[in-house]
Amino acid sequence: MAPVVTAGLGLKPRHHAEASDCPAAGLWFEVHPENYLVDGGPRLRWLATIRERHPVSLHGVALSLAADAPPDAAHLRRLRGLADRIEPALVSEHLAWSTWRGAYHPDLLPFPRTNEALARISSNVSAAQEALGRRIAVENPSHYLRIDGHEWEEIDFLAELARRTGCGLLLDVNNVFVGAANLGFDAADYIDGFPAAPVMEIHLAGHSRDPSLGERLLIDSHDTPVSEAVWSLYRRLVSRIGPRPTLVERDDNLPEFAELLAERDRAHAILSAPVARAA
Amino acid sequence: MQTRPTVTLAQFQDAFSQALFEEPAQAGTAVAALVAQPAFAVYRNTVAKGCIDALQANFPAVARLVGEEWFRAAAAVYVVNERPAVPSLLVYGKSFPTFLRAFPPAGELPYLQGAARLDRMWTEAHVAADAAALGRSAFATLDPDMLGDAILHPHPAARWAWFDEGPVFTIWSRNREECADEGDIDWRAEGALVTRPEDAVRWTSVDAAGCRFLEACAQGRPIAQALDAALGADPDANLVRLVSGLLESGAFAQLTLPSLNER
Repeated sequence: MAPVVTAGLGLKPRHHAEASDCPAAGLWFEVHPENYLVDGGPRLRWLATIRERHPVSLHGVALSLAADAPPDAAHLRRLRGLADRIEPALVSEHLAWSTWRGAYHPDLLPFPRTNEALARISSNVSAAQEALGRRIAVENPSHYLRIDGHEWEEIDFLAELARRTGCGLLLDVNNVFVGAANLGFDAADYIDGFPAAPVMEIHLAGHSRDPSLGERLLIDSHDTPVSEAVWSLYRRLVSRIGPRPTLVERDDNLPEFAELLAERDRAHAILSAPVARAA
Repeated sequence: MQTRPTVTLAQFQDAFSQALFEEPAQAGTAVAALVAQPAFAVYRNTVAKGCIDALQANFPAVARLVGEEWFRAAAAVYVVNERPAVPSLLVYGKSFPTFLRAFPPAGELPYLQGAARLDRMWTEAHVAADAAALGRSAFATLDPDMLGDAILHPHPAARWAWFDEGPVFTIWSRNREECADEGDIDWRAEGALVTRPEDAVRWTSVDAAGCRFLEACAQGRPIAQALDAALGADPDANLVRLVSGLLESGAFAQLTLPSLNER
């Protein structure tokens, strides 16, 4: 998102008009490109209208970079077409898989972080960057399951992925908080140890509990405001690595646009604070 | 960190993707320890809910006809065997109408498959390529002698269907528009034309002659032959009204003449 480091919002169709007209300085919007991989029609025009007034970031959820198979060529071509049309400030994806043997599972699925997985994902990220003609940022996922057979800590895995492919990283602070609560690691340690240089974007979002799945399980539900604990981790991160483009995500239980904008303004203020600029 | 992975990435993904739709007891050994954790349900629920939500969004008239509970139960059955084939849920459910035809609980609802086809036609029109709709003025510059040889090309967003089974279009449009049921419905066959001349998807009824005409045009047949086809469906069809009605609906994008060496 260089050269201006500011805070943005996930774009929801319901807020389209307010989002388009919003004069907030530095405001940018992020969308899931899968909702715009169409041949024509109103969706592309909605996005183009936003793009005329604000920078747009494409945050993919379906490239399935962690599958033991190359990313779908047709999907990459369509994504490239959208990127060429929208000229996004940034393109990002997840350290996860969703498509396997021709079936798409609409979720971000986990895997054991092995040497084999690192080699495959590095090759997939390189293929994606080449097909898109752009550097992409890869996001740390939320965790719910204890998986045997990891050969890499996630931070080291991501750092090595960035080193091998030149990709950037997207650090989702809420995912760290949720994973730390569910798997029992220390969120602050993770934030402190995350490789600073490749971070191209930061995500903030809300989480919730699902008592039907166990008292202590946190869900990365994007249906509540960003929690104070996540804001605190965010300030800790920004004071260490300096300001990076930051997005407030909200997908469910949508409030008024003004309420989302207030959360975004809070991130914006943290990015603009002298401590962040000096870092 | 363990040092020896027990399964390959592909083995893990085979077992995991299968376990998402199976009873926990059936899980393969590669993921048995994961499926035993209560948190595995997070993935199971998210994947199923994502697919079912997408079907409900893509087939709103069907969902209104049968009610949310019935719809989601049917969708859950469909999802198990027809997972999304492309990583965009906007167009998920291509075979859902066919599934409903064979779905025993839908047996008493003869219009349901047709309503699902119409919801699908709406989706296809919504995401189709852009093109200006051909207006009636397109004929003004054409030499009347050439008219029969000219070819009308359907608009990329135009979709049409004839429903022998009954008043599917009337039932569908009342539910798609979420209007209160107004009056009795004549139980007779109907046709429907769905278009998107600009941004918004529109729909209108079309008779059997109109459907035949559109079909012939889509096959690249010249207007004279397409009109013959229309008369084959209804010898009393008013051809001028038929063509101008279709043009007004935005059914066509182009009018071309065959090149000289083809004639």
